[in-house]
Order: sequence, then structure tokens, then C-alpha cells
Amino acid sequence: MPQMTMRDALNQALHQEMERDERVIVLGEDVSGGAGGTSGEREASGGIFGVTKGLLPRFGADRVIDTPISESAIVGAAGGAALAGLRPVAELMFADFVGVCMDQIYNQIAKFRYMFGGRSTCPVVIRMAMGAGMNMGPQHSQSIYAMMTAVPGLKVVVPSNAYDAKGLLIQAIRDDDPVIFLEHKALYPRKGEVPANPYTVPFGEANLVREGEHVTVVAIARMVPFAERAVDSLAKEGITCDLIDPRTTSPLDIDTIVESVEGTGRLVIVDESPPRCSLAADIAASVAERAFKHLKRPIVRVTPPHTPVPFAPALERAYVPGPPRIEAAIRTVLKET
Amino acid sequence: MIDSTGLGRERLLRAYRNMRLIRDFEERLHVEIATGEIPGFTHLYAGQEAVAVGICEQLGDADYIVSTHRGHGHCIAKGCDPGGMMKEIYGRRDGLCHGKGGSMHIADMAKGMLGANAIVGGGPPLAVGAAIACKRRGAGNVSVAFGGDGSANQGTVFEAMNMAVVLQVPAIFVFENNGYSEHTGADYAVGSKDLTGRARGFGMAAECVDGADFHSVYDAMGRAVARARAGGGPTSIEAKITRFYGHFEGDPQKYRAQDEVATLRESMDCLKRFRARMRTDGKLGDPELDAIDAESLALVDRIVAEAKAAPPPSEADLYTDVYIDY
Repeated sequence: MPQMTMRDALNQALHQEMERDERVIVLGEDVSGGAGGTSGEREASGGIFGVTKGLLPRFGADRVIDTPISESAIVGAAGGAALAGLRPVAELMFADFVGVCMDQIYNQIAKFRYMFGGRSTCPVVIRMAMGAGMNMGPQHSQSIYAMMTAVPGLKVVVPSNAYDAKGLLIQAIRDDDPVIFLEHKALYPRKGEVPANPYTVPFGEANLVREGEHVTVVAIARMVPFAERAVDSLAKEGITCDLIDPRTTSPLDIDTIVESVEGTGRLVIVDESPPRCSLAADIAASVAERAFKHLKRPIVRVTPPHTPVPFAPALERAYVPGPPRIEAAIRTVLKET
Repeated sequence: MIDSTGLGRERLLRAYRNMRLIRDFEERLHVEIATGEIPGFTHLYAGQEAVAVGICEQLGDADYIVSTHRGHGHCIAKGCDPGGMMKEIYGRRDGLCHGKGGSMHIADMAKGMLGANAIVGGGPPLAVGAAIACKRRGAGNVSVAFGGDGSANQGTVFEAMNMAVVLQVPAIFVFENNGYSEHTGADYAVGSKDLTGRARGFGMAAECVDGADFHSVYDAMGRAVARARAGGGPTSIEAKITRFYGHFEGDPQKYRAQDEVATLRESMDCLKRFRARMRTDGKLGDPELDAIDAESLALVDRIVAEAKAAPPPSEADLYTDVYIDY
């Protein structure tokens, strides 16, 4: 099977879905770039992270739409076009930019189906790049899936590898509900095996990345490869873990997590978003409700501090949970009282 | 393009019937809301009927509108079932949105009515999206964003107007300037005092019409639709109008001079103006318009009675329609 980066896997998903369904359009800032510039180079960008590269030459400017820097109009236009029968994939560039278009996300597209009594669907995908690790500072580095997961009506996708990224994006485009698709910037170059043909990865089904018996580790997005390193390192000592990647935070496959905890009795949750009202908090609450009697030790959450993401490399390194912190957390839950 | 001089008897009767029904619907709500039987809060459209009807008479079911918190008039003018609307306003199970939306969220996709919207300025970006869909479909359809002088000051509306010009999509921005952004005068809140000039600044065609005159609104909309269909891009239409009631029902309207509404009910009543025009043109007679008045009141009596008697949603309905599947 061909090895491919997550960036290329996402790009292939967009190509294949646009090929399959002409209702699919792509819109956003610099999705092709070059419109109106002086060089005559029409695809001058292909998306700031290169995910939309090649779409303009293949599908044309009617379907690959460069927009002004107007996030409310981008998300709103995607929502309106979806109500009118298209299947738009909007790109917000950085996830941090949801701040300027939150109304269109949480009051408009998320609520149409419910407040119109089921009279409409809103098949929109909003792609955005999230996450720390590239020294992009407090307004270009946040992981916002907890905020999005808190909104009823939105589905929220957080791929950790190239295979899932392609299958989840195809599923998102075919899904009739609005989907927030969060791509971790630091994972774009991560390579994995990706089948050439289109396929879907269903929402709400966690991936059991590693199987073990001592500890359940749940990790999200970039925290998955970090947790893999910690788990693999401990395996050399005979400590084995279930490593669970939920893949989507809404819907969340809590059953798989609870079943694992029933077996291990120990839970570590690794989450790159700030700790308050986070996915880690949400998962911990659900496990405490459903598997309290199985827990042998208190749940441990591995998260950044409750601060903005800092710029300075030294500070950002301290902010992002890495394999050593995850390994230490696993050792903590293994301590006997 | 059909201008208003080409409108035949049937079309004129329909326009009057819709304007009359909007007025009666809203006047009756004003009475019923005072009884406390209608939940929540409601914004009445009475006084602005010629705008909704003048605009929507140029549209068909395959054209789209996006409405506002003051949306009952737009819904009726676009062909939504008034009985289903009334049930929705009463929060009934069989309301147009099964009681999930209420007065401010009435929608009917089959009629191209993409929803009333309780966020001021929330609608125009959606209308641009529907216009993108119209352009792709290539069948000459258009998309209309209704808004007021209040929404005209929202950044989302500026974004939508600029994007509509950039993409040259068939979007029409209708600003119903009723003089008040909630409780604050448009003469204060619109910095340039000139919505039409501001729209022109975005690079689109823009005109200002007398919103109490059905014929003026209809003709302005005809020009806008013709421009959009010819690939000429978006248009802004500002309709100068008044509202006969407060921002919401129960608003004491202390911001308005005591005799303002009474005076405007004489000078800016689109129904009186329409009747006078029909007399002058000799196209419709008073008796047939009187008959419509009687039918309209009877219809409102019936749908109010039906809404009052209709069952509420059940608790199980709370969980439906959040997602297609989850």
C-alpha cells in the first residue's frame, strides 16, 4: 500500500469527492490563491498548507472559490449553499479564526436542522488547521475541538494519521450534518499507508491503536503519536496499554473507552486543549459515571496548562504534553496506594 | 422583466391578498400576544407588507430568501402555509418547524424560504451561499437577503455584500429601513445616514424606494432580478418604511413621538395606497378588495382557532432532528 502524508491523503480525498459529486465545492481564503495578482500564476497557493493544491486546475474557479478574508461570509455562504443543495467544503485556514465567525457556526449551521424541525439538512464541512508545536503564537496554535464539541448539531473530527484523515474527510463530505474537520498542523507531514481508492471511516468509532492490559490511554489528534511513543517505550518493561484514538469527539465512542477501563481499571487521558471543560474532563466524567467501581486509581488527565499557547519555543515545548509526560502519567496510575 | 404596469388582475389580487393577510395575521397576533397565550416574544411586520410582497412577487419557489427576526411577512409573501406558521408561533407539534423554532425561525425549504433568523445580520452570508448555488445551477434563480437598517450596520453584512460583488453572484440585499434599530434611531446608528450610498460603495447597483408603495418595490426588484439573471451581480434595494408596532410586542416605544405611529398609519399604509392606486388605474374595484378583506379575516380566525386547539410537541420530540444520524 502506498505511503502518503496526511496532507496528501486529505488532498486526494478532496479530489476524489469532487470527481464523484459535482455538488461538492471548495471555498476559502487562498484555497487556490493568485486571483487578481500580478504574476498571472492562477494557482499561486493551493491552500496555505497545500491541502487544496491541484483542485483549481482540475475543477475550475466555479467550484474552487477563492474568497476575501471574510470568515463569517465564508462559513455563511457554505451554509446557505448547503441549504440550497450544494455540498460545500469551506476552509478557515487556522482554527483560531472561528472567533470571527462563531455565529455562523454555532447559531446558524449547527442549528438549522433542529430549529427548522427537520425541514433541512446542512451538509457543510468546515476544515481548519489547529494545534501547537510550530511557534505560531497564541492566535494561530489553539486546539478548539472541546469548544466545537460543546455545540449540539455539529460533528467534530480530529484525525491523527493519514489513513483516518482520508476516510474521515470523505465521510464528512458525504455526511448530511455539518462537520467541523480539525487538521493538526504538525501532523500534515506524518506518513502512513493510504489506499488509493476512496473509502470512508465511520464517525463515532474509536480506533484501538495499541492493545494492552494494564492501563487505558485515550489520546486525541497529535497526542496519539506521542502516546504511541510512551506506550511502546513502557511495553519494553512489560507494561502494556490500550491506546484509544476516538477519531471523532462528536459523536464520541465512549463505549469503547468504558469497556477498556472495565478491563484495566486505570485511565490516562491525553488532550492538547486547555484542561477546563475539555475533552479530557468530559471523558473523565463519563467514565466516572459509568465505570467508577472498576477504577483502581484516580483518573489522570495530561493536558497543557490553562493558558494561551505561548510563542517562545522554550515555552511552547513546556506547554504541549509530550511522550515523557504521558509516560510519567501512566506510571502514576500504576502506583499502588 | 415584468414591470408593475404589466401586472394583470390575478397578480394584483394576489399581491393585495398577501399584503392584507400579513396585516391581519400581525394585527391578530398583537391581540393574542396580549392575552399571554403565545410563548416567548414576537416581532410584528405590520406596516412593511408592501416590501415583502413587492419583492417576493418577482420570485418563484426555486428562488431563495433569507429572512429576519421580523419575518412573518416574508414567510407569507414567499408562500409558507399561514396555518403552519400560526401553529409554529403557538409552539405546536404540527407547526412548520414542529415547534422547535418559533416565530423567529420559520422556514420552508420547498418554498425557497431558508429561514427567519434571530441573529441580526446572520442571514446575508447565507443568502450569498444560496446565490452561489443559483449561479452553479444556471437556471436564472436569485437569492434575497432581507434585513433592516439595524442589520445594515453588522460586519457580517459588509462581508456578505463584498463577497457577493467579488463573486458576481445573483444576490439581492433588501434593506427595510423602518427608522429604528430596535430602540435606536437609524438617523443615529447609520453613520453615513445613507444605506444606499454605502451599498454603492461596495461596487453594486443600489436604489432607494418608497417601501409603502407596492409598485415601486416591485419595479425595483424587477430591475434587480433582471440584472442578476443577466450576470450583472448583486443589487441593494433600500425600502423606506415604517413599523406600526414596537421592536417586539410589549415594547413601550418611548423612543417614538406620541403621534408618530398614528400619523404614519395614515400616510404610510401600503394597503390604503394600493387601493387608491387601483382606483386611479381602474384595474381592481373596491368590492373585490373588500371581499379579500373579509376572506383574510376569516382565514386568520380559522388558523388561530386551529393553532389554539393543536397539540403541543411531546417530550420525545426534544431529541429528534439534532443530527441526521449520530
